[in-house]
Amino acid sequence: MRVPVGWLAEYVDVPAGTTVEELDAAFVRLGLEVEEVHTPAEVTGPLVVGRVLGIEELTGFKKPIRWCQVDVGEAQPRGIVCGARNFAVGDTVVVALPGAVLPGGFAIAARKTYDHVSDGMICSVRELGIGEDHAGILVLGDGFEPGADARPVVGLDDVVVELAVTPDRGYCLSMRGIAREMGTGLAVGWRDPGAAEDPSWSGEAAWDVTVADAERCDRFSMVALEGLDPTAPSPWWMRRRLAQSGIRSISLAVDVTNYVMLELGQPMHAFDRAAVTGPIVVRRAREGERLTTLDGADRVLSDDDLLITDDTGPIGLAAVMGGASTEIGDGTTDVLLEAAHWEPTGVARTARRHRLPSEAARRFERGVDPEMTVVALARAAALLAEYGGARVVGAPVDVDTRRSRPSIALAADRPGRVSGVPYPPEQVVELLGAVGCAVEADGDRLTVTPPSWRPDLTDPADLVEEVVRLAGYDDVPSVLPTAPPGRGLTETQRRRRAIGRALAEAGHVEAPAYPFLAPSVFDALGLDADDERRAVVLVRNPLSEEEPALRTTLLPGLLATLARNLARGQRDLALFEHGAVFRGGDRTPAPLPGVDARPDDETLAALMGAVPEQPWHVAVALAGQREPRGWWGPGRPAGWADAVQAARVVAAAAGVELFVRPGERAPWHPGRCAELVVRVGDDDVVAGYAGELHPRVCAALDLPARTSVMELDVDALPARPVPVGPRISAFPPVFLDLAFVVPDEVTASHVESLVRGGAGELFEAVRLFDVYSGPPVPAGSRSLAYSLVLRAPDRTLTAADVAQVREGILAVVAMQGITLRSGDA
Amino acid sequence: MSGANDPYDPKQVAALSAEALDGAVAAAREAFAAAADLDALAAARPAHLGDRAPVPLARRELGALPPAARADAGKRVNAARVAVTEAFDARRGELEAERDARVLAEERVDVTLPWDRAPRGARHPLTTLQERIADVFVGMGYEVADGPELEAEWLNFDALNIGRDHPARTMMDTLFVAPEDSGLVLRTHTSPVQARTLLSRTPPVYVVAPGRVYRTDELDATHTPVFHQVEGLAVDRGLSMAHLRGTLDSLARSLFGPEAITRWRPSYFPFTEPSAEFDVWFPEHRDGPRWVEWGGCGMVNPRVLVACGVDPEEFSGFAFGMGIERALQFRSGVGDMRDIVEGDVRFTTAFGVEL
Repeated sequence: MRVPVGWLAEYVDVPAGTTVEELDAAFVRLGLEVEEVHTPAEVTGPLVVGRVLGIEELTGFKKPIRWCQVDVGEAQPRGIVCGARNFAVGDTVVVALPGAVLPGGFAIAARKTYDHVSDGMICSVRELGIGEDHAGILVLGDGFEPGADARPVVGLDDVVVELAVTPDRGYCLSMRGIAREMGTGLAVGWRDPGAAEDPSWSGEAAWDVTVADAERCDRFSMVALEGLDPTAPSPWWMRRRLAQSGIRSISLAVDVTNYVMLELGQPMHAFDRAAVTGPIVVRRAREGERLTTLDGADRVLSDDDLLITDDTGPIGLAAVMGGASTEIGDGTTDVLLEAAHWEPTGVARTARRHRLPSEAARRFERGVDPEMTVVALARAAALLAEYGGARVVGAPVDVDTRRSRPSIALAADRPGRVSGVPYPPEQVVELLGAVGCAVEADGDRLTVTPPSWRPDLTDPADLVEEVVRLAGYDDVPSVLPTAPPGRGLTETQRRRRAIGRALAEAGHVEAPAYPFLAPSVFDALGLDADDERRAVVLVRNPLSEEEPALRTTLLPGLLATLARNLARGQRDLALFEHGAVFRGGDRTPAPLPGVDARPDDETLAALMGAVPEQPWHVAVALAGQREPRGWWGPGRPAGWADAVQAARVVAAAAGVELFVRPGERAPWHPGRCAELVVRVGDDDVVAGYAGELHPRVCAALDLPARTSVMELDVDALPARPVPVGPRISAFPPVFLDLAFVVPDEVTASHVESLVRGGAGELFEAVRLFDVYSGPPVPAGSRSLAYSLVLRAPDRTLTAADVAQVREGILAVVAMQGITLRSGDA
Repeated sequence: MSGANDPYDPKQVAALSAEALDGAVAAAREAFAAAADLDALAAARPAHLGDRAPVPLARRELGALPPAARADAGKRVNAARVAVTEAFDARRGELEAERDARVLAEERVDVTLPWDRAPRGARHPLTTLQERIADVFVGMGYEVADGPELEAEWLNFDALNIGRDHPARTMMDTLFVAPEDSGLVLRTHTSPVQARTLLSRTPPVYVVAPGRVYRTDELDATHTPVFHQVEGLAVDRGLSMAHLRGTLDSLARSLFGPEAITRWRPSYFPFTEPSAEFDVWFPEHRDGPRWVEWGGCGMVNPRVLVACGVDPEEFSGFAFGMGIERALQFRSGVGDMRDIVEGDVRFTTAFGVEL
């Protein structure tokens, strides 16, 4: 809502000397957020009112040009050349004299043009920087004295404050509402432009009107006018205020309805009375009925749309937009003015359905004062009479089926209890009165009837807010409450933090991505047609048409971030992300229960159950060097092993034992893919995969060869067992190195578990320290060399102990075809 | 060599004379001092401290002396032995110190050489800032609540007093999910966690819920369609707006310094009544101390309590929510939102592992 301060001052006794900053602060204090303050463009030098005394049409140029004699309050008129033609002798205009500088640094000087010396310029609205209208020059109308300073006349002294009005306060979408707020907020006198006497029209009702849907329209008022001069222009002051409010001037009839809407908050519509045929009926549309609206759109209607109809069918989409067939035209002399009160949610649905967020719809959705219909009609009729010569004929129509507004019981101390500020009961009554409420006090029990323009006030809490707001939020003290002792973070929350921190400490950089993806990425990743990751949840109105799906895997987003970093010149990257993924698939729609009470347990379970699982995943992507080259030597390229190690880091942070075995899954390289397994109860659960990307995936996604990734479902990890502290033996260890010849199909992790098992109770630690293949190790096998630490809890080990352990290990591994490497035997 | 039965004549045992001993000590000192390094010193040692050196040889003569003379001569020999030994040790100490100084100087390295063989990682500042805020509340006794990003429409809107056709609902710029009757949305705020909390717990509840939310905004320097909020909710007996202000002031101080306070402007949220937007006074703002818009807050609308089965006559509550991106922007002077969302490692690495 744009509020021209000059207009506001017509209703509110703004104290002299009030600065824009003070007004700004007052608006904010009242809960009207100031989005912007528009100060008029700067005009310096002489800008005066002029009266055109003579016009000489110059010919012989490419376009018609006028040579004008203009009285600017001096002894002699000035000669001014002008290219516009929308004025006549006797009109008052705005003249920039030589020395004036118009907005944009446009300096005016006397100069010779079209064979005459032009001693100034007759200005258009756009040249003055107060509007966009450049069709002709600005004609002021009567009541202006030649030579007078034109600045205030054209509104250059007017500041416009643009407010963001919250949806609960529809009444502040009018000067009337703003005046009330500011009168109260500045504690100064103010006048209600809506407090007019009912008009004294009489005679037969202006039209035959039936309201068939009183639920959606509880008041419908109309007045008929005749004798409107269709050529009469809107007065300059009205056009100026409309322009300041961001509304284009169209014709006197339309401008008046818009002006009254801005003034009183009551949207109105003007029909060409000659085009309306037969009685008017307000009714629901029939499914499939059509209406061409003022914007030229042919609209197919829903049976939820409310219509204004005549014998020819729909002539207006109620509360939203008029119809084209009854539009005010160039020759319209007879007008039917309509002002009604429509049910807000129905208006909202229609405006949304037809994508017509009109000024009228915006107000009706937020609530309009139903008292204003006839007041607004009278105001508009008076303006049309004054400026267009129109006469009211007959008595107004006023179909009024409103129910009385229920009152609200409020304990006088409730605002104080809610705010922590003990307002005396008199203050509560006074502040509610300022809002416009009628308050009856019975001891501490107040019975409050909110004013007609505040449909948002329905609950005691609403009244509390009004009291606290007007008393001032700044009065609320600062008191820290004492919460009962909490239990700290949950295990899940601690685990997620530990994983993120561990990966970062291990050299990975967190890179969260938007969770949207293009389903085509699954082809690039080489996923099978029936891969469960292809079952996505689709967004109906995606941010980008290319990426309508919610992620089922973190990899596409993470790889896109990897590619972006590479494109920006990074080479060595280790990225990670952890966050929710979204499982698709068919499911039952979530119910939409009422809100008058807690939904029953069954409904609640259905509601919660309809929300898809969103497991928490963690993923890592690596490219370039994992360890950089330096003066210590060459670097080490990142590879599959780093991806697997990242999974081990995650498992360690989660306090879970991770088993790694060869796997095969897109998008990984089939020979370089590790399956990440955890034990949940007695079951092996595959929690994720790690390794090198398939070369075709690297090519499809334009990633460096050997890019390696890991993805793990954190929610699939079992709960962390309470760690058991090991007993620490102070007896000396024995170190035992063993090198085996291992068939290629037996994995290192398997060999290691065999070694552990075979070593028995004296086992303390084992480490693989060498892998070798090639002669003399036979083809199809490789050599794995392990270093073991053996120790007893209660004694120093003997050579016999060690020999026994060695034999035990050899016996176990032999069953897998593993032999001790010759030379070690 | 004199026999035990020889008649006593000390002058005949020349080696024990004071002159001879002093001479031996002086010779030893000279020889040790002349040794240029430890090897030379070791080479000089036998001549002065070895078994055949003058002082030990003199010591052997002591037995030839009559008891009356022995004590006196013994003292002299001992003193000479100590003097030679001390001379040796002193010189050795000097030479060892010289050698150490020389060798350690040769082992000198350039300690400014980099050793960043293990690359450094980082956590995203949005993550660490959310944790930090959560920790402030955990310290006050709050618990951290979670909710899904893909959320039931009823919890995102209806339960929060945002009716089907309410303008606030259309103003939320919601991302809807297929099919049309799914009843699901990408949550537009963290406030559905309020409803989830009240539906699953019995007051008193004090929870804070950080998380990711969605709106149909375009990504530009100041907006992102996917962003983060932290929601707070307290429902208890006797809570007032004063408690809300105390809580927000406390949070402001812990994040923005001891001078930080909050300021409220009346506003509107369907799920709180009264409602306010709040600004925080940030003394260390990059462009000078100032008020910064931060979030929204208010007293939980009794209608929300009713929809969640909490008796509004017995319990009252407050709720608040603020944008994490926004806090990061002004707290850390981040000018462009795109830097926060694009995942460029140069941005994230600058924040390290903690904020």
